[in-house]
Amino acid sequence: MKGNSRFVISVLAFGYAFLYLPLLSVIVYSFNDSQLATVWGGFSMRWYGELFKNSQIIDALMLSLKVAVSAATMATLFGTMAGVALSRFGRFRGRNLFTGMITSPMVMPEVITGLSLLLLFVSLQQLTGWPSQRGYGTITIAHTTFAMAYVAVIVQSRLAAMDESLEEAAMDLGGRPFRVMIDITLPLIAPAMLAGWLLAFTLSLDDLVIASFVSGPGGSTLPMLIFSKVKLGVTPDINALATLIMLFVSAGVVLAWAIGRRMQKA
Amino acid sequence: MSRQTGHSDTTWQRIAIALPYLWLLIFFLAPFAIILKISFADPVIAMPPFTPTFGDDGALQITLDNYAFLFTDKLYAVTYLKSVLMAASATALCLLLGFPIAYGIARAEPETRNILLLLIVLPFWISFLLRVYAWMGLLNNYGVINNLLMWAGVTDQPLAMMYTDFAIYIGLVYSYLPFMILPLYATLERMDLDLVEAAQDLGATSTVAFWNITWPLARPGVIAGCLLVFIPATGEYVIPYLLGGPESLLIGRVLFDEFFTNRDWPLASAVAIVLIFLVVIPIVLLQRNQARATENAA
Repeated sequence: MKGNSRFVISVLAFGYAFLYLPLLSVIVYSFNDSQLATVWGGFSMRWYGELFKNSQIIDALMLSLKVAVSAATMATLFGTMAGVALSRFGRFRGRNLFTGMITSPMVMPEVITGLSLLLLFVSLQQLTGWPSQRGYGTITIAHTTFAMAYVAVIVQSRLAAMDESLEEAAMDLGGRPFRVMIDITLPLIAPAMLAGWLLAFTLSLDDLVIASFVSGPGGSTLPMLIFSKVKLGVTPDINALATLIMLFVSAGVVLAWAIGRRMQKA
Repeated sequence: MSRQTGHSDTTWQRIAIALPYLWLLIFFLAPFAIILKISFADPVIAMPPFTPTFGDDGALQITLDNYAFLFTDKLYAVTYLKSVLMAASATALCLLLGFPIAYGIARAEPETRNILLLLIVLPFWISFLLRVYAWMGLLNNYGVINNLLMWAGVTDQPLAMMYTDFAIYIGLVYSYLPFMILPLYATLERMDLDLVEAAQDLGATSTVAFWNITWPLARPGVIAGCLLVFIPATGEYVIPYLLGGPESLLIGRVLFDEFFTNRDWPLASAVAIVLIFLVVIPIVLLQRNQARATENAA
């Protein structure tokens, strides 16, 4: 009983049109020569040229990339530890609290996470003098905290789907748990760690609300800069920037998907 | 599940638990205590702009003024209610649209299925902010949709869509739809389609088969999807800010403005504490649902 009814096919068509037409319109209008974002004034690439002359955008992009690489790396480290602990170490004291703290940051409204971390940083600064200024460091800590949850869940579900017989066999053959972990478990979860890193990287690049809370004066990430411009309405240079981001991200995702499929087939 | 060997409690395992555990205690749990503390303080013009919990003489100085204000000023009650209702309606709309999509993907041929799934995940990787921004260009009085409608002669003057609740709904459904589709797809894909076929062979209509077989089996996915949409949507800030009008105040935006524009940190903290109480029940439900799903899968 394969195949879909006409109703399901029409909803699918509508759903995908709904998801993609808005993005398509941004791409089309990014080539609009007119200063007014909604009036078509002929084809032009001028807004792309303006982007690269805008040092504010380049600075914000650099800060965002720096934060995303650091946060994704730390999140992968801690998230992998947490994922392995939750799926392979059985029961340990405080496990329920641990599970709760791992999953909550994923759904917690961003305004709450942002506010709570800023208040923590302000209190810490009063008590210890650290962090003396907010920016790269504080945003990285904030992003690590919510992104590690995603890594932990990905690693955990990979381990849950993986049967333990390989690890058990290695232990039966006299492997010490630590060696078994390094030689058997880690290589098996490496794809999940890579997927987790990429997701953490994207989430960090994407975050606006939490970064707005925990950043200080001068430390603007790319989404913060875009938001401050977009508040005033649709502008052609943001259309161009959005198009570049979409193309870049789509290429990355499709590439990762193709590699994943080849690995599955091999 | 996991087998306990003699050396399970080794040092490296303790470290693997302790590092992420400590990190989350400091950067996730402890901040809530600080919000709670500040929500009982008075605002002052200083940095930081609130009174300390203990005065110079060591006396405890806490106030319930912020909460009293929240519960007596009708604006806040209305805003909370409106945020929850809008999030719930947007969740229902996501389910209505997402279920047939997830169902269609789960029943497509494997090759098509992979591509359809990729196309659902792709927008999720593209910036949330930019996806909301895309709708600003569409819904504007002189935006793409109005231009099309006027060109087609449907209306003579632009329809006011931007800066309305309608625009907020569009933004919420658009942004959160993948969160609904993915868990739904995960349960529907595992479902044994022979069951539906058997029911239909035994004379059940497709409606009866749907409500008696497909729907109950899909329930864990429905619950997960609904909660994944509802919880973050309740505190949403960007969508109401960019697409909503000045009168469509939602609680996420009130919190943000109270904090940044009015610089009233204690009141913003109290707003956050009440919001946490509102979302903590759905969060616990979500965790139960996920735990049950993992147990069933094991």
